[in-house]
Amino acid sequence: MKQFVNFVRKEFFHVMRDRKTLLILFGMPVAQILIFGFALTNEVKNSKLIVFDQAKDPASQEIITKIEASRYFEVERAVMNRQQMEAAFRQGKIKMAIVFPAGFHASLLHEHKAQVQVIADASDPNTANMLTNYLSAIVMDYQNALSKNLVLPYRIVPEVRMLYNPQLKGAPNFVPGVMALVLMLVCVMMTAISIVKEKETGTMEVLLVSPFKPILVIISKAVPYLILSLVNVASILLLSVFVLELPVNGSVLLLFGESILFIITCLTVGIFISVKTDSQQVAMLISLMGMLLPTVLFSGFMFPIENMPLPLQLFSNIVPAKWFYLIVKSIMIKGLGFEAIWKETLILAGITVVLGLISLKSFKIRLS
Amino acid sequence: MRTIRFLLQKEFRQIFRNRAILLLIGVMPVMQLLILPLAANYEVKNINLSVVDHDHSSYAQKLIAKVTASGYFKLRGYGASFKEELKKIESDRSDLILEIPEGFERKLIREDQQQLFIAVNAINGVKANLGGAYLTSIIKDFNDEIRIGLLPTARFNPGPVIEITASNWYNPLMEYRFYMVPGILAILVTMIGGFLSALNIVKEKEFGTIEQINVTPIKKHHFILGKLIPFWVLGNIVFSLGLLVAWLVYGIIPVGSLFVLYGFLAVYLLAILGFGLLISTFCDTQQQAMFIMFFFMMVFILMGGLFTSIDSMPDWAKLVSSFNPVSYLIEVMRMVILKGSSWKDVWPQFGIIALFAVLLNTYAIINYKKTS
Repeated sequence: MKQFVNFVRKEFFHVMRDRKTLLILFGMPVAQILIFGFALTNEVKNSKLIVFDQAKDPASQEIITKIEASRYFEVERAVMNRQQMEAAFRQGKIKMAIVFPAGFHASLLHEHKAQVQVIADASDPNTANMLTNYLSAIVMDYQNALSKNLVLPYRIVPEVRMLYNPQLKGAPNFVPGVMALVLMLVCVMMTAISIVKEKETGTMEVLLVSPFKPILVIISKAVPYLILSLVNVASILLLSVFVLELPVNGSVLLLFGESILFIITCLTVGIFISVKTDSQQVAMLISLMGMLLPTVLFSGFMFPIENMPLPLQLFSNIVPAKWFYLIVKSIMIKGLGFEAIWKETLILAGITVVLGLISLKSFKIRLS
Repeated sequence: MRTIRFLLQKEFRQIFRNRAILLLIGVMPVMQLLILPLAANYEVKNINLSVVDHDHSSYAQKLIAKVTASGYFKLRGYGASFKEELKKIESDRSDLILEIPEGFERKLIREDQQQLFIAVNAINGVKANLGGAYLTSIIKDFNDEIRIGLLPTARFNPGPVIEITASNWYNPLMEYRFYMVPGILAILVTMIGGFLSALNIVKEKEFGTIEQINVTPIKKHHFILGKLIPFWVLGNIVFSLGLLVAWLVYGIIPVGSLFVLYGFLAVYLLAILGFGLLISTFCDTQQQAMFIMFFFMMVFILMGGLFTSIDSMPDWAKLVSSFNPVSYLIEVMRMVILKGSSWKDVWPQFGIIALFAVLLNTYAIINYKKTS
């Protein structure tokens, strides 16, 4: 036991000596929380719009003023002809154009009917869709103001209640996601590479001939990353509570317990990769391509899993981050207890045991 | 010139000797281009709906039928109590509860106004917002139908009407993958170029082979060029492979000229490889280089406008994005491939990337020390 503690201490010093990597390891969660919390938003606003006003009458002017006042649009400039409009789209300067035909106000007054054309840069279909809706709403608003307010009979009034996140903030969705991402990254990549490194430089052989069980050598390499990761969990939670004002609604203790389980899962994945590869470059590319992207994609915090084709939906079940994301969401945001997440916990534990057993077996074969 | 030729020979041999890396370079991007556009879909559909119907009237039945026929919602539960359906939201089996109060139909006709209750799982704000909006608009349609049924002669449009014709340029079928594929390809080229170059010099440092090169009369810039060119070639190959997949699998044929695309890429690759080399001159181990590169890549990709628009970011984030080479490549690829933008349209981005390329490579050459 004393030997093991000494080994862990040695590994710990190894990790602590590399200041540059440490800085990145601790800086990563902070940067991610800041980027996700403040920079990234699925909301569309400040989209640049161009006005092609052939009418130049009070009605068109008033609509343009309304557009300028909305936070969705920034009226970039007005153009005189279609060529200029097309050029602005091709230069990528604008997302949308609104065209008023000549005599807009006159037809509205006399024929009770007028037309506007809305052109969207649909190379980004989602934004185009949303912007068209916003712009239509602004025009409709103007139109409704023109007609008298009618009180309609037989009204059904839907009362909408937003559960868990009444202000529709992004944080409740991504904080659990960032936790899964950062833990995955630190544990899988760091363990995989640090073990492969010993293989590549030949120092692993030295360790293995020591009177120390090989399995303990591997475990002692994983322990420092377990501790580092727990520090990261704590810093993410602190940032979440104090910077993003997103408290932990459930038990903090349970959250840490589940985090330890997930960290162990990730460490096992790292060990698995290191057993199967011989060079740091390959280990890195596999953890990066094979682990990082699936974690981002299939954990469900960036893209809804139910939109994916069935094979991908099934695949998402073997991605550990998906289950951890569900667990953190349940404890942290919904404030549920263990009885709500025992199934997810069991699946994570299962993945860990299976991977651990496979690694152990491969490891022995390699030694002989 | 001869020195560079020999250096290139050495580098290419080293690359081709490592089968695993070659396989990863060849197969990974193709796989990702095949899978990512399928998975990265923001469209909100298949919203799971629970209904709590206390009324059981014909109106309630009609409303439920109308909601489920809309194509946005999947009926996941039809329960007797709100509590029971809330359990389904807690376990993520349902996203939304529609509660129809007792006496809904009777009171609507007698009292002129009646409420419906909607509870939405709002952890994912965007989905909640859209789901709630779809449902309220369906209820509004249903309301109008009832009203027309009850008041057959009424006119609801006494005011002037503005007709809005909406056109969707550059992607009239609104295919989301047309937008995603060029962006993903930009990321893949960046990742491969950036990581391979960042790891390369460090690897020689770690193994000590760099000492051997340092004692030869090879000039600094020769050495850097010898490292740069092979990855530049690889970057172009990956890019071409990606364009091929985009065409064969997704039917995406660049509207603009390939000449503009490759011209921009040529300079962009120099910039990103220069960045990788710069990082490798700062680091002592591959692990370090990888993590620092990873940190920057993460910021570059998240803030590059691949998934969320840069326009919507706060000003400080826009400023950060203006130093992000990836955002320029993503923008230009989408412009040229989807809109047919020409040199004239992309020259501002081209100028900035050229500047990045010069600065980063100069810094890398200065920072590479021949003596340790």
